[in-house]
Amino acid sequence: MLKYEIVIVGGGPAGLAAAIAAKEHGAASILVLERDGELGGILNQCIHNGFGLHTFKEELTGPEYAARFIDRLFQAGITYKLNTMVMDISADKVVTAINREDGMIEIHARAVILAMGCRERSRGALNIPGFRPAGVFSAGTAQRLVNIEGCLPGRKIVILGSGDIGLIMARRMALEGARVQVVAELLPYSSGLKRNIVQCLDDFGIPLKLRHTVVNIHGKKRVEGVTIAQVDERQKPISGSEIYYECDTLLLSCGLIPENELSKTLGVQLNPVTSGPLVNECLETSVEGIFACGNVLHVHDLVDFVSQEAAAAGTYAASYIKNSTGHEKSRDIPISAESGVRYTVPNTVHPQRMEEKLTVRFRVGDVYKNCYVSVYVDEKRLIHRKKQVMAPGEMEEVILNKEELEAYPGMSKITVKLEED
Amino acid sequence: MYDVVIIGAGVSGCAVARELARYQLNICVAEKEEDVCCGTSKANSAIVHAGFDAESGSLMARLNVEGNEMMEGLSRELDFPFRRNGSLVICLREEEKPELETLYQRGLKNGVKGLRIIGREELNTLEPNSSDEAIGALYAPTGGIVCPFAMNFAFAENAAENGVKFQFDTKVTGFQRTDNDWIIQTNQGELKSRYVVNAAGVYADKIHNMVSPKKLHITPRRGEYCLLDRSAEGFVKHTIFQLPGKFGKGVLITPTIHGNTLIGPTAEDIGDREGTNTTRAGLEELMSRAGNTVKGIPLREIITSFAGLRAHEDGHEFCIGEAEGAPGFIDCAGIESPGLTAAPAIGKLVAEIIRKLEHPLENPDFTGTRKGILDPKTLSKEQHAALIQEHPAYGNIVCRCEMITEGEILDAVHRPLGAKSLDGVKRRTRAGMGRCQGGFCSPKVMEILAEERKLEYSEITKSGGKSQIIVGTNKDRL
Repeated sequence: MLKYEIVIVGGGPAGLAAAIAAKEHGAASILVLERDGELGGILNQCIHNGFGLHTFKEELTGPEYAARFIDRLFQAGITYKLNTMVMDISADKVVTAINREDGMIEIHARAVILAMGCRERSRGALNIPGFRPAGVFSAGTAQRLVNIEGCLPGRKIVILGSGDIGLIMARRMALEGARVQVVAELLPYSSGLKRNIVQCLDDFGIPLKLRHTVVNIHGKKRVEGVTIAQVDERQKPISGSEIYYECDTLLLSCGLIPENELSKTLGVQLNPVTSGPLVNECLETSVEGIFACGNVLHVHDLVDFVSQEAAAAGTYAASYIKNSTGHEKSRDIPISAESGVRYTVPNTVHPQRMEEKLTVRFRVGDVYKNCYVSVYVDEKRLIHRKKQVMAPGEMEEVILNKEELEAYPGMSKITVKLEED
Repeated sequence: MYDVVIIGAGVSGCAVARELARYQLNICVAEKEEDVCCGTSKANSAIVHAGFDAESGSLMARLNVEGNEMMEGLSRELDFPFRRNGSLVICLREEEKPELETLYQRGLKNGVKGLRIIGREELNTLEPNSSDEAIGALYAPTGGIVCPFAMNFAFAENAAENGVKFQFDTKVTGFQRTDNDWIIQTNQGELKSRYVVNAAGVYADKIHNMVSPKKLHITPRRGEYCLLDRSAEGFVKHTIFQLPGKFGKGVLITPTIHGNTLIGPTAEDIGDREGTNTTRAGLEELMSRAGNTVKGIPLREIITSFAGLRAHEDGHEFCIGEAEGAPGFIDCAGIESPGLTAAPAIGKLVAEIIRKLEHPLENPDFTGTRKGILDPKTLSKEQHAALIQEHPAYGNIVCRCEMITEGEILDAVHRPLGAKSLDGVKRRTRAGMGRCQGGFCSPKVMEILAEERKLEYSEITKSGGKSQIIVGTNKDRL
């Protein structure tokens, strides 16, 4: 059996950053397992720019951003295997994987970092009625076809969902000469970044129809059209509001789902809100020595934050294997997400063990204007910060200070919530 | 010149083809779609009925029970997945208990083995998620689940291996009768044959009415379904029916042979014989009705929905036999539920009709067994490792959700009647049937199809015909 100190499942942005940080923090043997033929993950098909503004203070394309990390991985001499699928991870950290060259391999690890990323919500999961012809793609699949395979998925496009990939693909298809007729969004607001709405829709004159959804897909063999209707407050289509769009393609950008099938088999507890693992401040899951980061933990909108989070996971995993004495879970203080805050990552914090500062990331459930982000330790308010606008599409954060928390040795709960004043 | 032309490569047509392959007959299956298993056979409840439903004394009842009994042996000979998971008809109201008793008595009459009426307590042990309102159930241990695609492909491939020809994209448009033969007109030219078997599913009345003065009438009856991810595996273990009662024919919930959970079907008579679209009303009906017999269905786990058309003949009976006024023209029409279960018996019956008319010699080279696509998941770790060493393609996972390897996809493309399209690969291997619904694997499967079938990307289809996946290359019209 192969032995590595740390096995990282996934060689996308999260896996790469975790591996590099683990190496820098003293892990001697690290193995990255990537199911695709190249390192870099989905970044490889994101050929648009805008990556790395936070990390490198410049606008890189996806492949360029990935290359910076891949170069560092090479320099650090970190081992990786491509085209390798992890089949199973056991609670005693035996990772079973297969590929063409090695066949079936078992690797014994002291720590495992989950960095499998996410998948797109499919047409089926959305329960859109109609025929099931060719020409219905998730936006990411279409992106791969256009940007990697050089294929044009369609010429007359309707897009459902204003998630970032949908917005990016609206522009991308327009640049390839396709006619993007409309982007329909079920919610009263876009779930994408503001900058993407401006740069990908407004600049190309593509209309965004909020509170609209696809109610029928026409065409038996290939999409011939879709019907879009307005929805009411309960998101039910309003009869009489239907509009028919003739098109050959429907792209779906209706949310991403962390890919936690391996985690579930392993017994990792998941947060039903994010579909990602519950983690402590070290990004360690409910199974000791198993860490998680990136989109498998919760869906991010900026890769910069994925890299930051993953670097933290790598660092903690390295320190875990150095002093691998499991810690007392009873001293973990729960972080609760309330009124307007949908979830937080991490879900618990251990005030004695935490670093000087801890970034707690969260998303809000609606669009909020001139609201306050508050952090409470039990009944005592620690943080009260005004934000002009908060939207579900943009991840938020608050910073907890170790020093401040240590002033409350008897605390039982930390709460992150939104307040009007 | 053929001895027999079978119209339709669904499960009935292919079962007939495989049975007739036992004789020295020159046989052709003509199918209007690009592949085997493209109509009713691909979109149904995928269950093997015990046989208590059909009217006692009907052909439906007889062939149901016969087909059920044949299923085990066939699944071994032809290597397709089948399991007797047992079925339950749940009774929710005291006043409906007589209905349950009627079903039980009918089942006994039909020859269904092991039938029992069970009480609330035993039902709870069998199905902990059954509704709190349930007061009892009819338990049929012989009920089963089968992979409808694999069964259809098994018949077809075994027939092909024994010399039956398959002609796809061939749509029958008319017939001419010469002295002793039929001339079958199609969009691909004429076929000449001594016998014709009409296994045309929802079109079987149209085909029949071209030759017979005694008209048939088939109504496409649409059934919509929702499929749950394998992550909900174990939610129910048996096929759970609702007692047919004042809520009409109930919606069933069943595990599939591959560990998904299936909810459906609705029942709606429609005019369009190609109307396999789902509808908002239908899907909503499923959502509201599915909870009648079981509680807490994890509807979050729905990964797809689909609709199939049952070929409902006005008399609600299988119409099998020589058509009136059309010698040598054998109908195999009105094959609606329990058609999938009955298919093996239908195959035998139709073959027997032709044998009696033609007295063909037995085919000494007939091989009644066939191997399906090897699924490495059924192997031990050691065996799988050895397989990869011999064929590295079995170490390359293409479909991550269902863990389907390149080896399986290559097998699907290169075996007899191999896959030509994404759906063809999907139905043979399950690649693309999982929770991401082909989001990740479809470009990879396209690559394999392009390579193995020597196709341009723009020629690759989802399901044949004009179902091309892509419309061109980047900037080709700028």
